[in-house]
Amino acid sequence: MLSATGLPVIEATSFVSPKWVPQMADQVEVMKGIGRKPGVSYPVLTPNLKGFQAALKAGASEVAIFGAASELFSKKNINCSVEESLQRFEVIMKAAKEAGVPVRGYVSCVLGCPYEGKVAPEKVAHVAKRLYSMGCYEISLGDTIGVGTPGSMIEMLEAVSKEVPVNALAVHCHDTYGQALANILIALQMGISVVDSSVAGLGGCPYAQGASGNVATEDVVYMLHGLGIQTGVDLSKLMDAGAYICRTLNRKTSSKVAQANCKL
Amino acid sequence: MGNVPTTVKHCLSYEQLIQDYPWLKRWLQEEKTITGHEYPDFVKIVEVGPRDGLQNEKEIVPTGVKIQLIDMLSGTGLPVIEATSFVSSKWVPQMADHSDVLRGIQRAPHVRYPVLTPNMQGFKDAVAAGATEVAVFGSASETFSKKNINCSIDESMLRFEEVINTAKEQQIPVRGYVSCALGCPHEGHIEPSKVSEVAKKLYAMGCYEISLGDTIGVGTPGSMLKMLQSVMEEVPAHALAVHCHDTYGQALPNILTALQMGVCVVDSAVAGLGGCPYAQGSSGNVSTEDVLYMLHGMGIETGVNLAKVIEAGDFICNALRRETNSKVAQATGRTL
Repeated sequence: MLSATGLPVIEATSFVSPKWVPQMADQVEVMKGIGRKPGVSYPVLTPNLKGFQAALKAGASEVAIFGAASELFSKKNINCSVEESLQRFEVIMKAAKEAGVPVRGYVSCVLGCPYEGKVAPEKVAHVAKRLYSMGCYEISLGDTIGVGTPGSMIEMLEAVSKEVPVNALAVHCHDTYGQALANILIALQMGISVVDSSVAGLGGCPYAQGASGNVATEDVVYMLHGLGIQTGVDLSKLMDAGAYICRTLNRKTSSKVAQANCKL
Repeated sequence: MGNVPTTVKHCLSYEQLIQDYPWLKRWLQEEKTITGHEYPDFVKIVEVGPRDGLQNEKEIVPTGVKIQLIDMLSGTGLPVIEATSFVSSKWVPQMADHSDVLRGIQRAPHVRYPVLTPNMQGFKDAVAAGATEVAVFGSASETFSKKNINCSIDESMLRFEEVINTAKEQQIPVRGYVSCALGCPHEGHIEPSKVSEVAKKLYAMGCYEISLGDTIGVGTPGSMLKMLQSVMEEVPAHALAVHCHDTYGQALPNILTALQMGVCVVDSAVAGLGGCPYAQGSSGNVSTEDVLYMLHGMGIETGVNLAKVIEAGDFICNALRRETNSKVAQATGRTL
């Protein structure tokens, strides 16, 4: 359904061990089962070489790697230090280059960490720079626990844009504290033109029980279209996809636009 | 360095300078863009939860609960708390206890407690109950005006003029509201020029501040910018406030845009009280907690204690047996 909305990139699944993320255990079937729309990219997460090889075998044509700006988060989330993870990623980058597969790099905890608290903008810039110099075509900066505000977003982007050109940056804002759209607006004003979001605001926050996580694609698109910015996305088709997944999951949408529209 | 362009323009012949050094114009413009916008050092929060918030809640709230809510808010540092509305109880039963509420609250020093007064009768009752500040509520949409207060915009202005003149005689300050500033549930798009026309009238009549309301929350930073550009041609920025509804999740970016335009007064409601009567089940007012979180994160002072506002929000949500609309309150209450 998302493939029909005009979205240019849809992150399809994750080639992580099902032991850690059971939800993504059907990664191969999902990859093989989707009807790929021409012109749409379907990147998949590949945390290590094994995942990368499995992804390629399942037909992936773009992958993503996931670093962190916080040492503690890196250790708790992927069981190694930031430096160790970057070395792991170099191996993937090499294989990806040989296979001609583009790689997107993520940096998590860019505006705060659930364990360390405040994260230095310079640390974010350092990790982003490493990923970019390794060959990632784009670096997505993630406010993993949604604690960022326009203040910390500006500070962080100023540091990162000194190391990575702004046209290779994306923002991945969580709406746990309601700040996502304001943070995205600031990022746009700083020259960023790639925004990650999730239909219906799917995905809660594992660090704040019951709180929201990803920003809703519908709400982002509503704001961008209101600003006269093109996205190529059909908002009503997007809302259909959101309605579908919420019905299936038996949960309410986290998108305010979707909530407002279905009740008028 | 952000002031350099202005200084250059005023002290030297800017045109001559640009002629001699064409690269300078680009450098000056670029610098402003890179360093970003200027923000106010202080933002005044006008807490509308007890009035606008509760007015849009289905359950009738007991007077004692309203008073306790206002008393809790009075301890948070909020400088302005809209206490109630002297509107006919026939139209707004939630506000039927207006005199009891106003008389019952413990007024904190340095906090103002404006009340809505739609007409002379309301104004007289408000003053009799001890009101020291009032507010009048106009609209940028003819249809909304007719449906909401049963008269045209011009007729409403005449009504307000009477209230404002009487208030002036008694040295009671009056705040003016313009609803439907970014869209109307009946008319749809609202021309920015209509908003500035109404704002101008209210300001000229003597309102000290004009609060521009995105009544159905349809606005985006795009429409907010255009509307404010128009209104600021008629009313100075320091006399403007924004009253954003979060029905489409746009309130915080809209407020951010307003701050970038020089507005430094923001209306909000504790716990995001008050739904939207035009989109059943949707949210209405933006949450004070979420606004504070953003402003404080930007280094903007408000004088308000966020933790105490969250407490007041918890109290009223318990009393109303409903969940908070504030994401900050949700996240703070549930952090593992």
